[in-house]
Amino acid sequence: MTASELGIGVLILLSGFLSMAAGIGVLRFPDVLTRLHAATKPQVLGLAVVLLAIVLRVPTWGVLSTVVLIMTFQLLTQPMTAHMLGRAAYRSDFVRRDLLIEDDLGRDIAEHEHDDAPDGSHEGREGDPAR
Amino acid sequence: MTPLVIMGLAAGVMFGVGAIAALVRVIKGPSILDRALATDVLLAIAICGLGAEMAINRHTDTLVVLLVLALFAILGSIAIARFIGKEDAS
Repeated sequence: MTASELGIGVLILLSGFLSMAAGIGVLRFPDVLTRLHAATKPQVLGLAVVLLAIVLRVPTWGVLSTVVLIMTFQLLTQPMTAHMLGRAAYRSDFVRRDLLIEDDLGRDIAEHEHDDAPDGSHEGREGDPAR
Repeated sequence: MTPLVIMGLAAGVMFGVGAIAALVRVIKGPSILDRALATDVLLAIAICGLGAEMAINRHTDTLVVLLVLALFAILGSIAIARFIGKEDAS
């Protein structure tokens, strides 16, 4: 067993451990936001170490370019997915509010909740000191 | 049985534990967002498993499958999160 094989084995074991941690976290955490935190582990770091293992095992330019493409797409799309899921969870009340330390989105919603009311146009409200 | 194969088997067991845990979360719910998230995790574990198999067996046959999965993994979760309403309890 050479040193590179040992390194590849360690990388694969790390990816497996991250996948297991994500599965157990998704199973055990209490609400959507905390599960979101656990779910992003194999999607970014687990995939990165496995792709590094592939490049170490088959070191050609074609493999390297494909691997860079895969990693780029994952890094572009996973934050978007997490953002949309977290936002939908907040809007549809699947969030445990007693576990939140800081609620920035709630403060912003409270500040702007009159902005997009169906009847209140912006021009009418500026001339009306009663509102 | 080389040491790399044994390490691969250990990693495979861990992939399996993670996949089963995510599958249990898909079944249990409680909301549709949890199911979408757990499906996403399941897909990520599948991608990692495919990559690990490629690295152990020294081939690149399924690298294109990985690319397509990485491209389309976004669609399901975003579609569900975009069109979910306040009243959908499951």
